Amino acid sequence: MNSAVTTPRGTGTRNTRILGVLTIILMVLLTFCGLIFSGEDINQGSTVRIMYVHVPSIWVAYLAFGMTALCSAIYLSGRNRSLIWDRFSGAAGEIGVLFVAVSLVTGSLWGRLTWGTYWVWDARLTSTAFLFITYIGYLAVRRLGGTHRQRARRSAVLALIAILEIPLVHFSVNVWRTLHQKASVADPNAKVALDGLMLFSLFLGLIAFTMLFAWLVIHRQRSLALEDAVADRGLDAAIEARREEATN
Amino acid sequence: MSTVSQRRRVAVAVARKDLTIEWNSRILVNQVAPFAAIVMVLFAFALDNDGILQRVAPGLVWLATLFSMLVVIQRTFAVESADGALDALRVAGVDPSAIFAGKSLALMVQLFALELLLVGTAVVLYGVNMTLVGFAEALVTLLAATVGLACVGTLYGGLAGGARGRETLLPLLLLPVVAPVLIGATRATEAAFGSGGTKVSEGWPWIVLLLVFAVIFAAVGSVAFGPLVDE
Amino acid sequence: METVIELNGVVAVLGSFPALAGVNLTVQRGEILLLQGPNGAGKTSLLRVCAGLMPIERGTGTILGIDLATNRQDIRTRVGLLGHTNGLYLDLSVEQNIQFWASTVGASKDEVANAMRTMRVDGRLAKVKAGQLSAGQRRRTALASLIVRRAEIWLLDEPHAGLDAAGRDELDALLRNAVAAGATVVLASHESERAASLATRTVTVDGGGAQ
Repeated sequence: MNSAVTTPRGTGTRNTRILGVLTIILMVLLTFCGLIFSGEDINQGSTVRIMYVHVPSIWVAYLAFGMTALCSAIYLSGRNRSLIWDRFSGAAGEIGVLFVAVSLVTGSLWGRLTWGTYWVWDARLTSTAFLFITYIGYLAVRRLGGTHRQRARRSAVLALIAILEIPLVHFSVNVWRTLHQKASVADPNAKVALDGLMLFSLFLGLIAFTMLFAWLVIHRQRSLALEDAVADRGLDAAIEARREEATN
Repeated sequence: MSTVSQRRRVAVAVARKDLTIEWNSRILVNQVAPFAAIVMVLFAFALDNDGILQRVAPGLVWLATLFSMLVVIQRTFAVESADGALDALRVAGVDPSAIFAGKSLALMVQLFALELLLVGTAVVLYGVNMTLVGFAEALVTLLAATVGLACVGTLYGGLAGGARGRETLLPLLLLPVVAPVLIGATRATEAAFGSGGTKVSEGWPWIVLLLVFAVIFAAVGSVAFGPLVDE
Repeated sequence: METVIELNGVVAVLGSFPALAGVNLTVQRGEILLLQGPNGAGKTSLLRVCAGLMPIERGTGTILGIDLATNRQDIRTRVGLLGHTNGLYLDLSVEQNIQFWASTVGASKDEVANAMRTMRVDGRLAKVKAGQLSAGQRRRTALASLIVRRAEIWLLDEPHAGLDAAGRDELDALLRNAVAAGATVVLASHESERAASLATRTVTVDGGGAQ
């Protein structure tokens, strides 16, 4: 019953607008650095530029899933079990899935250009695909329905199981690849000799994407809070209507 | 909180109840086992090559196990919700970890029987030859894999079986989690079958992986089953 | 007098529908309370809340002095609920069903035999699968399972439904005996005459509230 006295007209505040503008500036800068200023790689040519999106995406995905687990743990351990932690978990989970998808797509495009194939059964690729599916399952469980608290508890427990399961999947996929078949592709990053500007672009990407993540997660949390508030307000009305059903 | 002996008593009661239901209804014998067998035959149609079949027999055994397991898990929770028995169990204040243990135990027994049948089918249909040591290793593999599968299957089966319209959730949640079991069990079974010239000794490390998985999910399940199943 | 059920402004939702829209209810030990009201009034949800099955969304409540908001699991071990469904395993025989519920609480074989005799599901019926029973016979089996649970509060949803005249007499006698032994009974029923003669107090449930 966190009924806001005045209904906010959006999810933005002055601070998030500043964050948003800074993110846009950095993104524009990243575009220039990545596409124009930074040089080509000796081996990979211009293909290397995909890295400036690919690496930050997977970084954000890991950050997001870490945040999902952390906020879930905070939700479950908190004495008053504030739903804000549940909404942060959910927001981070959604954004994580989005960025895993981005990194899978950019990764396979890069693979097509470099290895001549969209997909190789490399341990890292395979366990990233598992990560993707696992969190799609997490989001499906969030949508199962019930009250806010039911949703929160169920999904928080699942998020903690997921974070336990990921290293196990990663380990077994890793052993599966290394023992069973000699790695057919060399470590993709090993070949890249990064000069100063390339390294700068990569760091710029990491910072810009992290800021984008922060902006997205704050807004998504707020819009989820509004959704919950609408549901609560609906409940107030429904309770009134329900009482009027009484015939006497 | 209930004591250890109470919990053990409830777990045994739940396991015995599930196995009695299977004994009375024979769903596993009359429906799931034939399904598993036909899957093995269909694999042979799809691959259509004796040499390949022999080589990939271990993987097919475990794939068939996973598919059949989905059916068995759905059945074991359909039984609970058919007449509101799961509600009754919850009202009975029965410790969720005891329900988890009992249902996992019953699922283990059923899965193990199913896996024995599938290994037998592979021996007959795919022309697998095993040494005596290989046979022993296959048995240990089945046991280790079954514990892990039953625990994680009961955990997610409870979540997906709690309400109508959730049945489709089970494969999505379960199959990614059991990837380590599929990998470990297949490699260990390859060693046991000697597929592609694999030596028996190569299987044991994989069995350790299976055991680790089993221990982790037995522990996770006892803690998480309550909050996941209870509304 | 000891208060065994106390609800203050309890709201409980099914999905997004407020099945209970602010219920106040107090029940003393030894009462046989009849809940009356039209279909969809919230009687079933009220019973499920008292059983610790349905979480409460707003308001406060204690059952047997235990807080409904925080400790539903402990409540459940001490109450018994007979809902619309019977909670039976259809592939188990009558005896196997009752035996199962008995073993979850550690009840003896004698208690099982007694309960089966009380609800007249012994003898030939004992070996019949629950799925093959008539509606009334299933209700009796469910009641027999409830007896072995030794609950302190009996929460019964339409317990008379499907029972024949003799069965209803037996049920009434059973509930009076339970109360005499220190239990409390809350039942929802449409058989108002029948239930009113049994009840010590009647409460009308309507529009998700209770008067």
